[in-house]
Amino acid sequence: MRPDLEIIQRWIEPGSRVLDLGCGDGSLLTYLNAAKKVSSIGLEIDAGNIEQCISGGVNVIEQNMDEGLSNFQSNSFDTVLLTQTLQALSKPHNLLDEMLRVGRYGIVTFPNFGNWKSRLDLALKGRMPVSKFIPHQWYETPNIHFCTVKDFDALCYEMQIKILTRTVVDSRHQGSWAMKAWPNFLGEIAIYHITRK
Amino acid sequence: MPEELKTDSVGLVSPKCIHFDEALTLRSGKTLSGFDLMIETYGELNQDRSNAILICHALSGDHHAAGFYSESDTKPGWWDHCIGPGKAIDTNLFFIVALNNLGGCAGSTGPTSLNPETGKIYGPDFPVVTVRDWVKSQVMLSDHLGIEEWAAVVGGSLGGMQVLRWAISFPERLRHAVCIAAAPKLSAQNIAFNEVARHSIINDPNFYNGHYLEANTYPKLGLMLARMVGHITYLSDSAMREKFGRANTNFESSTSNFGRDMRSGKLSFGFNVDFQVESYLHYQGERFSENFDANTYLLMTKALDYFDPSVDFDGDFSAALKQANCKFLIISFSTDWRFPPERSREIVTDLLKAGKEVSYLEVEADQGHDAFLLPIPRYVNALKAYLKRAHTEIVERET
Repeated sequence: MRPDLEIIQRWIEPGSRVLDLGCGDGSLLTYLNAAKKVSSIGLEIDAGNIEQCISGGVNVIEQNMDEGLSNFQSNSFDTVLLTQTLQALSKPHNLLDEMLRVGRYGIVTFPNFGNWKSRLDLALKGRMPVSKFIPHQWYETPNIHFCTVKDFDALCYEMQIKILTRTVVDSRHQGSWAMKAWPNFLGEIAIYHITRK
Repeated sequence: MPEELKTDSVGLVSPKCIHFDEALTLRSGKTLSGFDLMIETYGELNQDRSNAILICHALSGDHHAAGFYSESDTKPGWWDHCIGPGKAIDTNLFFIVALNNLGGCAGSTGPTSLNPETGKIYGPDFPVVTVRDWVKSQVMLSDHLGIEEWAAVVGGSLGGMQVLRWAISFPERLRHAVCIAAAPKLSAQNIAFNEVARHSIINDPNFYNGHYLEANTYPKLGLMLARMVGHITYLSDSAMREKFGRANTNFESSTSNFGRDMRSGKLSFGFNVDFQVESYLHYQGERFSENFDANTYLLMTKALDYFDPSVDFDGDFSAALKQANCKFLIISFSTDWRFPPERSREIVTDLLKAGKEVSYLEVEADQGHDAFLLPIPRYVNALKAYLKRAHTEIVERET
């Protein structure tokens, strides 16, 4: 399981209602359906992923999140997930708003652009960072809104979003004392558990 | 039956006529004292009768959904590419039932049948039937076949509307609903096209107020026009450009000719058929008029117009869907302008509102509404994946 997924599954209550925005091939929902008996739906736009979801018995709706979640009722889910997708949205702040309208809790994970490796790429090489979590060249990347842990903290503050837990991991998904001390510098993936204030 | 089709075809099939003695009271208040349904079945029903799939047909469909009638038959059933061994609706896994709906003209009781009360052909006196009536008769068919619960009920267009009606009115009798290229109800534009079709039939001098069979004729021109208009709404602009844009005479531009292929190399400067699309529509209309009953066409379009499950729920379609107990697969096609993706999304939104389990696919396809009848890989693969999963559930239930 992807390191960020391993952590966030702990925040999902058994039997709760889960909406996964950009659910990919449905592996997280498959796990949550079986292990936590959640009732779940995923949104996805990739045809191959959608077929994978259907094959695995995951409810999936073909929908572009950039067009909002207006077809979902307010408070119709306990948790809305947005894993590794925030940076690919055209208006991330609008979707955050929608997430916390539709669900009581939100879980957001994204590659931290403030990580020391990214900083090094820019500072020393003068090139946009390319890494395991940010594998694309700048011209072909679907990731159009990179941010850092500090940036996201600031956005949450501005939008009156309460951060229940913030955690960062690296590729070995270790959350050491050093990472707790300097999350924006050491963390490769940022993981947020959020709700409305 | 073409040789190369044999391995993935259900092969030779024969229809069955099933008679029902029980009376069926219709939505209109009228009653049919008894009736026949023509059906075909493919595949084997398993021991606990849990692997049955019902296929609901669209406006001009019937019970012949797959296979061939004879060795020399070149035209298979209308959904043959989807139904067969190893196909999306897999006859190795499922027992599949297809029928001709009441009011049809392919053998089930309809306007061309004898009215037992008068001993004459029903003609225009055959009562108007609704989607609800069809589903009621399909429930009677299920009872007859000993199928308590369908593994899935599947249909496109008007067939998809029957699927929705099943889910709402008989929630305990199906586990999956597959609704393709349909809508929660018709729009004014949809009804308008249907009215043009009806108007052209009813005003054909050979219609004789619906008693044309007694006069030994039929409203050929009216039926042709109805089908021509209908056919235009089944295709998309891009599908027509593709179909009639081969530019195979010197007169035409070889780049993009907007589907304006000529019949011959020159314009007639008269009101004859100049373009391929015109002769295509004439051909389609003519062929259809020879094989379809005009009164049935009128009935089918009325069933479409009247379909609206929200009427019992103060116009709230999601309240209607709340009755359902099955999982849903909804599919739409990008260039379908008869029942466009927005209409399917309305169904999805109301299913979500009703808290139902639903998957939704919006398939990129150039063929317009017709796409639901065509072997479009993404669509067919998803349907196959969904039903395969439904079959896994059956196997898991058994063990």
